[in-house]
Amino acid sequence: MDIDLITNILYAMIRTGTPLLIVALGELVCEKSGVLNLGQEGMMLMGAVVGFIVTLLSGSLLLGFLLAMVAGVLMSLIFGLITMELSANQVATGLALTIFGTGLSAFVGSEFVGKPIEGLDPVFIPVLTDLPVIGRMLFGQDLIVYLSFVLFGAVYWFINYSRPGLILKAVGENPHAANAIGLPVFRTRYLAIIFGGAMAGLAGGYLSLAYTPLWAENMSAGRGWIALALVVFASWKAERVLLGAWLFGLASILHLVFQGLGFAVSPNLLAILPYLATVVVLVLLSSNQTRSRLVAPISLGNPFHARG
Amino acid sequence: MKQNSSPPRLTLRGITKQYPGCLANDNVHLDIAPAEIHALLGENGAGKSTLMKVIYGLVKPDSGEVLWDGLPIDVRDPAHARKMGIGMVFQHFSLFETLTVTENIALALGDDAGELNSLANKIRTVSEKYGMAINPDREIHTLSVGERQRVEIVRCLVQEIKLLILDEPTSVLTPQEVDTLFITLRQLADEGCSILFISHKLNEVKALCHKATVLRAGRVSGECIPAEEDTISMAKLMVGDDTPVSTTYPKKLGSTPLLSITDLNLHSPDPFGVHLKNINLTVNAGEIVGIAGIAGNGQEELLASLSGEHLCPDGKTITFAEDEVANLPPDQRRQWGLAFVPEERLGRGAVPGMSLTENALLTGFLTGLVSKGMIAWKKAEAFADEIIDQYKVKAAGRHAQADSLSGGNLQKFIIGREIMQNPKILIAAHPTWGVDIGAATAIHKALITLRDQGAAILVVSEDIDELFLISDRIGAICNGALSPIKPTPESSIQELGRMMAGDFNQSVNNGSTAL
Repeated sequence: MDIDLITNILYAMIRTGTPLLIVALGELVCEKSGVLNLGQEGMMLMGAVVGFIVTLLSGSLLLGFLLAMVAGVLMSLIFGLITMELSANQVATGLALTIFGTGLSAFVGSEFVGKPIEGLDPVFIPVLTDLPVIGRMLFGQDLIVYLSFVLFGAVYWFINYSRPGLILKAVGENPHAANAIGLPVFRTRYLAIIFGGAMAGLAGGYLSLAYTPLWAENMSAGRGWIALALVVFASWKAERVLLGAWLFGLASILHLVFQGLGFAVSPNLLAILPYLATVVVLVLLSSNQTRSRLVAPISLGNPFHARG
Repeated sequence: MKQNSSPPRLTLRGITKQYPGCLANDNVHLDIAPAEIHALLGENGAGKSTLMKVIYGLVKPDSGEVLWDGLPIDVRDPAHARKMGIGMVFQHFSLFETLTVTENIALALGDDAGELNSLANKIRTVSEKYGMAINPDREIHTLSVGERQRVEIVRCLVQEIKLLILDEPTSVLTPQEVDTLFITLRQLADEGCSILFISHKLNEVKALCHKATVLRAGRVSGECIPAEEDTISMAKLMVGDDTPVSTTYPKKLGSTPLLSITDLNLHSPDPFGVHLKNINLTVNAGEIVGIAGIAGNGQEELLASLSGEHLCPDGKTITFAEDEVANLPPDQRRQWGLAFVPEERLGRGAVPGMSLTENALLTGFLTGLVSKGMIAWKKAEAFADEIIDQYKVKAAGRHAQADSLSGGNLQKFIIGREIMQNPKILIAAHPTWGVDIGAATAIHKALITLRDQGAAILVVSEDIDELFLISDRIGAICNGALSPIKPTPESSIQELGRMMAGDFNQSVNNGSTAL
């Protein structure tokens, strides 16, 4: 295997992992507050289609990304209203949101399938980009990839070191106790849901504006589900989400690698890998009862009703 | 009190709170002076919890006013209450298991928490000052129940505190821990802090409190100075004149062994569990055997091996009459005639989200509520109604969810469900844990009646008074080993206390001659 191949694999690994990383960071924050939003796929698709249409019509990538995030936020607010105000089941609502988002994005985007736009270009950083092997991987990417590094740092710091992050974890563990000591349970969960929506929208925008600059129906191709698996795989830790996203990114380009090496392995078989890895991690986690009880947010998926 | 001239720290005037179908507080008055330890006494459902939530800003009263240092005030929410200097220790702790002690306390303090390291130091200082050693860096799930309560108390003390409210604080503590808690509370009161001590344990109120306000059915039924009252007169204020508050039951000794444990050794798979060591025990038909012990000395493991949750490969170690059952699962033991009341009400005794009818069905299905695989709902509903009626369970009806009942009422329901199946053997863990006097008396009577019908009953409890009251024979468990079991009249609280601490030697000699 020559240096160029390795450089290219690493570059593609990060690039493929970036949308996963962004959605998964959003879902991580959301789940830390005790809310399980299975609507990632739907929110991503809405972000992708809205971002694409806006950029196509306005010519502005920035506007495209911003409105992709807005679309994700609006979708997440639908989820928030139904699960928080009406105390509906989070799993059912999330599934419905994915189905809804898939259909709506196909409908809205039907006129725009296959139209070309100018995608996001990489931004090279003098000297650093030319470093051997890791130069292209870390410093030869586009702005959204760099943004994902920043987002990771911010989420990592927020969850582990900030006071609002502490409140987030407390609400996700025991919303009733949190309410009893006067923490804003509803506000915390809403903000977490909205952050999750914004990240899903941004990741969707990344797909249609940078990764493959075009709109195709259902173009997220299950990445929302992989992100959900990724959060579990990472056992709800931000640093493992980063690692996992890149690993999953690597897994989904493995068929190219094998081709380069002269093996013919079915890409479908390789596409199973992230899910297989998640199942293995789940089994490992649940083999120890105490650990499995403490690793996931304890009240994940439980609605909160204020008692008075 | 030290400052007679100053206004009371807290005054409640005419507090009334109506819930749908329930008048929780009816024109309640209450005065607490600075440095006073004030008891709020009452049975389950008397309105204690609602009243304390009013003080802590969790519930808005329909009418009435709250005065703080003589000035009217509207407590908006718990954060406001904390700012005023009110601290509260909840019965069901409001702690977060995956967070450290410091993080938990920082959460409650809001913006006043400051930097975590300096807060941790403050926690160390305060906890040492009040004799409640805790390590600020431990995560809550690694702490015992008693230690968790310390965290709740220290959480109140790291701020400037003027009124500390404790909701049934002793119900989760061993006698030794209760003594330590009382020392801390007296020290706090000496420093000028007012304490509102919510309880239904009259001995503790008598030992600790300067004054008491008694609630019954939402109203103040009396005020007294506990030191000058006897427990009977206070109990009368709590439960009214028509409920008997004290009684004794004749002791009986059975003859035919129904439940026998022979040389039971059990290795606990739980890393924090206790291994059972060579347990031998016989419970005869028509008697109640009581086993005392401090929590975590093997009670859980013993109960699990008796209920069938933990199977023993050697079936001979446990027999019901002549039948070897130690390797039979719970349902087959129940079919034999075993009934079991576990320690945890929600989760093991009852399914929180299910109705009382469904919960009645869960263990009552053997009594004709299921035929040919189909549930006879009419019969199940009738069974639930009968339990509710006979055991005076306060619930919105058989449709009420198990977790909507207060702890005492749910306990009455579970005990009733088990006893009404007419078991041959009943095993009950902590049958009156957190239950008020009236309900406890009802439960005791039901147990005695069942005994007189010829059932073998094993009661595991931390409440020594209760064990002496209802047990015909008594013993203790310590570190997985069982003391000799003696007829209750031949034992004493002192002897039982020694056995709870693992000192069986003296009693082995006494016991073998007595048996």
